[in-house]
Amino acid sequence: MELGIYSFGDVQRDAATGELGSTAQATRNLLEAIKLADEVGLDFFGIGEHHTREMPASAATVVLGAAASVTKQIKLGSAVTVLSTDDPVRVYQQFATLDALSNGRAEITAGRGSSTESFPLFGHSLNDYDELFAEKLDLLLDINESETVTWKGKHRPALNEALVVPRPDSGKLPIWLATGGNPQSSVRAGLLGLPISYAIIGGQAARFAPLAELYRRAGAQAQITASELKISVASPGFVAEDASKAKEQFWTHWHAVMETIGKIRGFAPPPRHHYDMEASGAGALFAGDPEEIARRIVTLHGQIGHMRQFFQMDVGHLPQKDFLRSIELLGTRVKPLVDAELAAKQAA
Amino acid sequence: MREVATTIGILGAGRVGTALARRAVAAGYDVQVATAKPAAEIALLLEIMVPGARADEAEAVIAASDIVILALPLSKYRALRPELFTGKVVVDAMNYWAPTDGVIPVFEGARSSSEVVQDHLTGAQLVRSFNHMGYHEIDEAARPAGDPHRRALALAGDDAQARDLVAGFIDRIGFDPVDAGPLAASRGFATGGPIFGASLGRSEMQKRLQEAEFAA
Ligand SMILES: NC(=O)c1ccc[n+]([C@@H]2O[C@H](COP(=O)([O-])OP(=O)(O)OC[C@H]3O[C@@H](n4cnc5c(N)ncnc54)[C@H](OP(=O)(O)O)[C@@H]3O)[C@@H](O)[C@H]2O)c1
Repeated sequence: MELGIYSFGDVQRDAATGELGSTAQATRNLLEAIKLADEVGLDFFGIGEHHTREMPASAATVVLGAAASVTKQIKLGSAVTVLSTDDPVRVYQQFATLDALSNGRAEITAGRGSSTESFPLFGHSLNDYDELFAEKLDLLLDINESETVTWKGKHRPALNEALVVPRPDSGKLPIWLATGGNPQSSVRAGLLGLPISYAIIGGQAARFAPLAELYRRAGAQAQITASELKISVASPGFVAEDASKAKEQFWTHWHAVMETIGKIRGFAPPPRHHYDMEASGAGALFAGDPEEIARRIVTLHGQIGHMRQFFQMDVGHLPQKDFLRSIELLGTRVKPLVDAELAAKQAA
Repeated sequence: MREVATTIGILGAGRVGTALARRAVAAGYDVQVATAKPAAEIALLLEIMVPGARADEAEAVIAASDIVILALPLSKYRALRPELFTGKVVVDAMNYWAPTDGVIPVFEGARSSSEVVQDHLTGAQLVRSFNHMGYHEIDEAARPAGDPHRRALALAGDDAQARDLVAGFIDRIGFDPVDAGPLAASRGFATGGPIFGASLGRSEMQKRLQEAEFAA
């Protein structure tokens, strides 16, 4: 089972003044986190495209490119690339370049994005939300198939035997489809034979089990080999030595980020008892001590059969030192526990 | 109009549509689902996500149902053919929120999005409900009648009989209906409003709607 991290480049507050730190510092912090994640044996680090003062990770491949040169084995990807508002040619070139520099460790995760700042920023209309994504995914997959591309669509100039380079040594880049639980996305990923990444960020995590089954059944229907039908899970999470301290601290930061999102999306931030439900047992927030988090990952694995789970830890201005400690615990404590537990299960 | 509904039709097989369909099947209703695509395309989806529900074309689903629920993106409401909805009780579960859906001028006024949808579906008895609850809570928060933690769902519509029919449905799938009166009262259910996304029991919801002067 692969474990990892994803981040939107959360900006920390100055401990003394409470002022919001600089977006430049947040970017450097991100690089530091990736380096540590590699050192402690984690498998994946994803950067999720955002364009806000509090989450400024707008240029994932630049950070990942820098990370490629200071890491050895960790896979480097997006989580997610808001493909709808980007140019698939450019996305491919950037990740193929990253793949070359990292010796084959680059991955793309394409999503529609639930944050929509990139639409006005790059001159796209939200009214084309579904169509933009479908069309751009189609082009991205074409580019992955062959280095010369002939393609025509509505939202980008046509390509006529255009050469798209560099190319990955392995032939193709892994391209994941990200979804937040719309069943038709699971069908789409299955039919296309794309690995699928579920964002489980609220509610009972096990409710994704039927979606995983739907994905596999759709894949089987399209005669995709089972080994190509991979599932990953992205959720908020935070690990500390002490379970109640982990939950207490994560509450502060999770609540802060929900307040920000709630303002944008028009709902009041959830109360504490809601958080407590989410952060214990079967919910979507993986905050706790290493044993508890390992147990919950293994339980979810039994329900969904995912091959990777990765966590967003730095939300709502989590101090960098706590972020780093949590990464370290995920690699040094949670991962061995999960590996041992799954090996024992398999032997049984 | 029937006094008690037995057949439920749902337009939309996304997060909300499948969650409502599951609750309806669990409560013993006869449930059919349609999208804008041919029925065959959602057969597998329904088999796994909503065992017991059937896929059909929209026209057939609407004709066969005592209550039709709209669970499609609001931006697609004009694709609904008004003549199919004449005399039907229709529940609008859709929301408008420009920051995520994009600006659609017709929904920018003071009226609720459901009033605009009612104008389009002239012959239907429109009731707004379900829009203010997150889709996974429709599955997870349902409770039997009398449960102290049972959550409330607001409803509003201009036809009292249609409201009663929908209230009966809401109750049977696991929530306390809170009748807010005429369709205009559903302005209080909208995104950014006093009950949107909030987890409330019946009396607290009544209170919030009254304070905001949206209830009858
Ligand atoms: N997500 C929530 O928590 C939530 C909560 C309350 C209310 N709502 C509201 O409920 C509605 C649906 O949201 P969602 O999250 O379920 O969206 P979703 O997952 O994107 O699903 C939308 C569904 O509508 C179908 N559809 C599109 N055009 C259609 C048409 N002309 N006729 C019939 N079906 C059509 C789509 O299938 P095809 O494109 O294949 O036809 C799809 O199955 C939205 O208006 C939303 O504002 C959402």
